Parts: sequence; C-alpha cells; structure tokens
Amino acid sequence: MSQPTPPLELVESSDPIVTPRRVALVRPDLRPSVRREDERWVMTFPHLILRELILFMAVVIALSLIALIFDAPLEGIANPLETPNPSKAPWYFLGLQELLHYFPPVVAGVLIPGLVVVALAVIPYARINLSAGPLWSGDERKIRTWVGLVTAMLTILFAGFRCWPIVVPTLAVAGAMFAAYKGTEGGRFRRFLVGVTLPEWIMTWFIVVATLLTVIGTFFRGPGWSLVWPWNMHLPV
Amino acid sequence: MSGTALANLADWIRDSSVYRSIVRHGSADTNRNRSLVIFENLFLHVHPVKVREKTLRFTHTFWLGGITLVSSIILFATGILLMFYYHPSVPQAYIDMKELQFVVDNGVWLRNLHRWSAHLMVFGSFLHLIRVFYHRAYRPPRQFNWVIGVVLLLLTLLLSYTGYLLPWDQLAFWGVSVGTNMAKEAPLIGKPLRFLLLGGNIVSENALLRFYVLHCVVLPVAFILFLSVHIWRIRKDGGVQGPPEDPSAEKGAP
Repeated sequence: MSQPTPPLELVESSDPIVTPRRVALVRPDLRPSVRREDERWVMTFPHLILRELILFMAVVIALSLIALIFDAPLEGIANPLETPNPSKAPWYFLGLQELLHYFPPVVAGVLIPGLVVVALAVIPYARINLSAGPLWSGDERKIRTWVGLVTAMLTILFAGFRCWPIVVPTLAVAGAMFAAYKGTEGGRFRRFLVGVTLPEWIMTWFIVVATLLTVIGTFFRGPGWSLVWPWNMHLPV
Repeated sequence: MSGTALANLADWIRDSSVYRSIVRHGSADTNRNRSLVIFENLFLHVHPVKVREKTLRFTHTFWLGGITLVSSIILFATGILLMFYYHPSVPQAYIDMKELQFVVDNGVWLRNLHRWSAHLMVFGSFLHLIRVFYHRAYRPPRQFNWVIGVVLLLLTLLLSYTGYLLPWDQLAFWGVSVGTNMAKEAPLIGKPLRFLLLGGNIVSENALLRFYVLHCVVLPVAFILFLSVHIWRIRKDGGVQGPPEDPSAEKGAP
C-alpha cells in the first residue's frame, strides 16, 4: 500500500474483473478483527507456535509425572448385589447428587441441571449481559428493591427446602452487593465491588453455590449421605 | 558434529527437491516465509499469520483453552492405546484392568495418564468457561462460539461419564447407577431415555457395550466436529479476547 489511493468513484457493476475496487463498511462493534487499534502485532510463527509447543510439552510432562506418582482408583469387580455406602457419582456430578439430598429427584436431577444448561447457553443473547454497566448505576432505588426482593424470594425458597448450602451463599452475595451500594468511597476492595456488573454477581453466586455443593458432596458426605469430616471417611475419587 | 555442519545439513535437506515438494517455502528467516509456515500448513492455518502481541501474555487467557485442548490430545493418544487392551464385556473388562496392572508394560501409567488427563479436561473446561465469562468474551461477535463451548462442555462431561463405567469396578458401576437413576426422573422421556442408554433397566453388560461405543466412537467424533468449529471461529471472530478493553484506560497508553 505504498502508492497513494486514487480517488474513489461509485461504479455499479456486476463484473468483478472490470470493477475490482470495493469499499467495505464495517460496524466497529461487530468485527473486532477490523477494529483499528495502535498496538503491536507479531508473527504467529514463531511467537505463538513456540508458546503453544511449550504449553503442550509442559502439560504432557506434568500429567506424566502425576500419572507416575498417583494411581487411578480401582476397586473390586462390579457387584450389583453389594451397594457401597455411600455410592457416589464422579466429582463433577456430586453437586447435583448433593442437591438430591434437599430436593425431590425431578428437581435435583432434571429441572436444575436443565435450567443451568439453558441459562449458560443463552448468556450471549440476553440483553442484560451485553450492555450491563456496574450494578448500582441508573435508578438505584429500583435496583435496590429488585435485589432485595429476589434475595428474599430465593432465601425463602431454599430455606423451605432446608438447603443451607444455597441459602448462605445467596445471603453472602446479596450482602456483598449491598456493600457496594453508594460505595464511591472506601478501600480498594470496596471500589472493586462497585464496578461489578449484575451478570458478574449472578455468575459469582452460581460458581460459589456450585463449588460449595460439590465440595460438601465430595469431602463431607459419608454413609447414608450423613455429614462427616473428610478425615473420618474413605474417599472414593 | 559442529554447528556449521548441522546447519549445512539442514540447508541441504531444506533445499532438496523432496523436501521442497512437501514444504514449498525455505527456512523461516524472513517474515514472508514465517507467513508461509502458517498458511501453507493445513493444521497451522487455523491461526492468522500475525497475532496481537498482548494476546500472548499469560494473563490474557491463562492458556486455559489450550490446557484443555492438550489434555484432550493426551486422552485421544492414551485412549487409543488403552483400546488395544480392552474388551467391553463382563467380566473381561475388569480382568483387562488387572492385566493393565500386572501384565501390560506401563499399563498402570497409561491408565493413570488417561484418568488424570480426563479430570484435567473437565476441570480445565470449567475454568475456561469462567475465564471467558469474566472477560466478557461471549459478547458479539463471539456469541455463537460461546454456545459451541457449552456444547463442548456437555460433550466433555458425557465423555468423562461414559468412560467412568468402562473399568467395571464397584466405583464405576455404582457411580453410573446413581447418575442414570437421576436421568430416570425426567418426565415422560426419562425412563425410555435411560432404557435406550443402558440397553435395559439396570446397568448391565449391554450398558457397558453402549457406553463403550459412545465413549470411543460417537462422542469423540461429535467432540472433534464441534472442537474444529470452536477453534476455527476463534480466528474468524477476531482472535482470542482477554480482559475487556476499557476505552478510558487505553487513552493514557502511548
């Protein structure tokens, strides 16, 4: 592009050989690939390829060492007549299994996981996720009412099922949300909280609940799904 | 052999007609040839020729998608090797586990590697999803790639779960029994779905065979298809997105 661009004139034609010059209008919010920014670019080879190679080798070596040190569990041959107590699903399903303790199976096994998957899938299409600024911006009184109302409803709903691993994080996250209310002053952490958007609050709440349920289900549930300390229990992995 | 001799040998190979018929460009000592490395290679051309420098920073993506991808590559490699030693039948499946332990060279290590890589893949997918969310990388134009990512997460969970049954030990049997009993509770379709999945009403030899076919054929094929689209779209959507760019913060930068 060292030559100066000749002046453009609009020619309507369907022959791409005769009129090859095109002008593209791109909305800057749609294609970051064409967004003009003054920043440094580097050649993919070697800069990115080398890093990918290093990452590959690092993961392979790390996992190989772990596989040398720790053995995958293997118990006795499957026996349908002898039910281990407790029988646990793999760790990534133990959050759901923990929910079974509080809710009827159709809620814990179908409704909640179904809702979670749908909620995850529609995230980029929900307007709230695309244009959200900090939670406390705009009509603060309206937001305060809504946050209070939803928190109260969730708390009553889950407390009704005695599901404390959800009630406690719900109240904690709501507390943090209100801690950021009118919070233009204060320490660094307070200022950080003020900038958090509503979708981020919701996701944080979800992650805390999911982690808590999984940790309880994995480490604190013994025979008959009773609460036990991790050191008092044989741990299936 | 001295350094120059090695370099001469490399040049001789690179200039040979056989090598040139496979790789058309010379050594990557010019930016032109560095570009050719990328776009004359079927596997590398999912990358653009140039990338923004800041996307290479560790904190930009924490390489979480990459870690998940590498663990899936390890899983394919070790999984194929494990298939040589495995029969999806009762009780042979469990006997094969014991053979891996006591007869096959490095059999325990092979199974360990498959197992821990599977855990890393599931865990890495979760972390990758969380990272992408907090960096708001699901926003336009990346909406659809997020949805594909959710599908990949479900496929990862299904792959892990179907693999969980294959050793046919108590852990596998009861873990899968607990999970499939939950699926039973879905209104209307729950029981037929469970019957279809298990090939019966309980976890049995039929279930083992079905999980095996799902684990080794159906789900991996689906996974590779969606993964290809996922990675291809990263480039089409403008490369990896790290922390959201704050316009006010950028002003002060040179």
